[in-house]
Amino acid sequence: MSDQLFDSAREARGSGFRHSTLGRIISDPMGLLGITLVALILLGALLAGFTGYNPAKLAMRDRFLDASFAHLLGTDHLGRDLFTRALYGARIALGVAFVATGISFIGGLVLGMIAGYGPRWLDSLLLLFFDSLRSFPTVMLALALVTLTGPSLASVVLVVVLATLPGYARVVRAQTMSLKTAEFVLSARVLGARPWRILAIHILPNLIGPLVILVSMDIPVVITIEAGMSFLGLGVRPPTPSWGSILNDGYAFIRESSWPAIAGGLPIIIATLGFTFLGETLRDHLDPRLRKDA
Amino acid sequence: MLTYTLKRAGLAVIITAISLMLLISMIQLIPGDPAAVLLGPLASPEMREMFRQQMGLDQPAVIQIVRFFGRVLTGDLGTDVLTNRSVLVTVMEQLPFTLALVAASIGWSALLGIPLGCFAAIYRGSLADRIVGILSVSSIALPAFVVAVYGLLLFSVRLGWFPTIGAGDSGAPLDQLHHLVLPSLAVGLGWVGYLARMVRASMLEVLTENHIRMARAFGLPERTITYRYALKIAIIPTVVVLGMGVGNMISSAVFAEIVFARPGVGKLIFDAISTRNYPVVMGAVMITTGFYVLCTLAADLIAAGLDPRVRSTL
Repeated sequence: MSDQLFDSAREARGSGFRHSTLGRIISDPMGLLGITLVALILLGALLAGFTGYNPAKLAMRDRFLDASFAHLLGTDHLGRDLFTRALYGARIALGVAFVATGISFIGGLVLGMIAGYGPRWLDSLLLLFFDSLRSFPTVMLALALVTLTGPSLASVVLVVVLATLPGYARVVRAQTMSLKTAEFVLSARVLGARPWRILAIHILPNLIGPLVILVSMDIPVVITIEAGMSFLGLGVRPPTPSWGSILNDGYAFIRESSWPAIAGGLPIIIATLGFTFLGETLRDHLDPRLRKDA
Repeated sequence: MLTYTLKRAGLAVIITAISLMLLISMIQLIPGDPAAVLLGPLASPEMREMFRQQMGLDQPAVIQIVRFFGRVLTGDLGTDVLTNRSVLVTVMEQLPFTLALVAASIGWSALLGIPLGCFAAIYRGSLADRIVGILSVSSIALPAFVVAVYGLLLFSVRLGWFPTIGAGDSGAPLDQLHHLVLPSLAVGLGWVGYLARMVRASMLEVLTENHIRMARAFGLPERTITYRYALKIAIIPTVVVLGMGVGNMISSAVFAEIVFARPGVGKLIFDAISTRNYPVVMGAVMITTGFYVLCTLAADLIAAGLDPRVRSTL
């Protein structure tokens, strides 16, 4: 009986590539565009070492060259190849995005489950803490924090975690609370399962899916925070190439040459658009309930 | 409604207090001597000692926090290290510039975004709707500082249509408007897309409701139905979101002020960081955070006023 149901369900859904997740994303124009742009960024990060230029080597005779076949995006005020620097910037941006969202993901999961399943007073305390963290405009938080810690990659990661974790924790908390009274959790409790076992085996698997989509939709936000902080000189230290610091060079020398500004902004645009398109399509196909506006 | 207002306002006070506490406890968390870190490597031992006494850093942490709250409550946010003026006065001088920028950005993005959202909802599923959808998503994804630098490069440096720096002469409103165009473009662009999406979604919901079908059955023109009947209801969630969006706009405004060398709170903080004017940084961050908490409070109260169901959520 259950096998029959399962078969007919599979039949209705269809099988093969066209109905797989990847297939459905590619058949959506927005998803296809998103996947292409993201692939470009990933490819750039992988191939950064193969352009034939050193991203930090000065060549004062080649200052402010326009784009050409030798320098695809021109050179900056120190004669460095901007295309190479933009590709290395992809490594920084993606590195920060994955490390910081990883920490936020795990932190949000743990704190959210504690708030949702733990005693009432702990829940209220954590909730107040999350709300207070969220009451800082992100840039203000970054500015205040970096005054104290000094600019570094670690401060960028810290700001991203503080800015994104409360949101994840709140979602996890809400989900945990609704699962807490679900029949399968109640029966586990009746059978004498301890709280940590219920959380780890019965509740956790139900939280991961929606949170993964939520976190992946935040990747463009994280990339923006990293680039924005580096743009303000609060992120990575020169000469490490970050998209934000390249854009800042471009801003400082905007009257001498347009290329540094273009080379810093273009990858940010490609990355944020790519990840946003991909995230939106993923969400629409995997979990339409997460749409805030639908 | 009164209970809700009191509860929600109380919560706002607690949240502000906790965020202030987080802000001052940061200074305790710096590894090493705060005076050495904040004054920089060039400061003499006498300067450090003076700074420590000025900031009360030689006292235990609990006393520091209590004293700090006492001073904040009396409106004393400390003294500007460079000019010896009150931090509160310094920040309040800059705040109007930031508020003008935020108001201009909200204004133009609402004027463009709301009609776009209505348009997309009316022609749902059409090619135009899809294009508006993709443009909205794109405008939301674009960071304000990239838009600011590209706008500066194209419209000011290359085409020379708009001024590159400042906020214009204080006596000339037209000049000030001229200086507002590019910064508010950078701050508001993302909101055009966001508002269009919000309005489209809530319009679609409202357009299926009974009173709209009734109006159609009466033979009212589609235009009247859309703007007089549907939009009036569909706009409510948007108003609330705008209140919460002020925090996001303040963040974007920091970038716009720096790129266009406009006076404002963001520029003030940024300059204060480079001169290690620590009291100004903290004072300005506190005031903007407090302002942001007030805006979310106002948004929540408006929502509760319009929709009684919200009142039972607290």
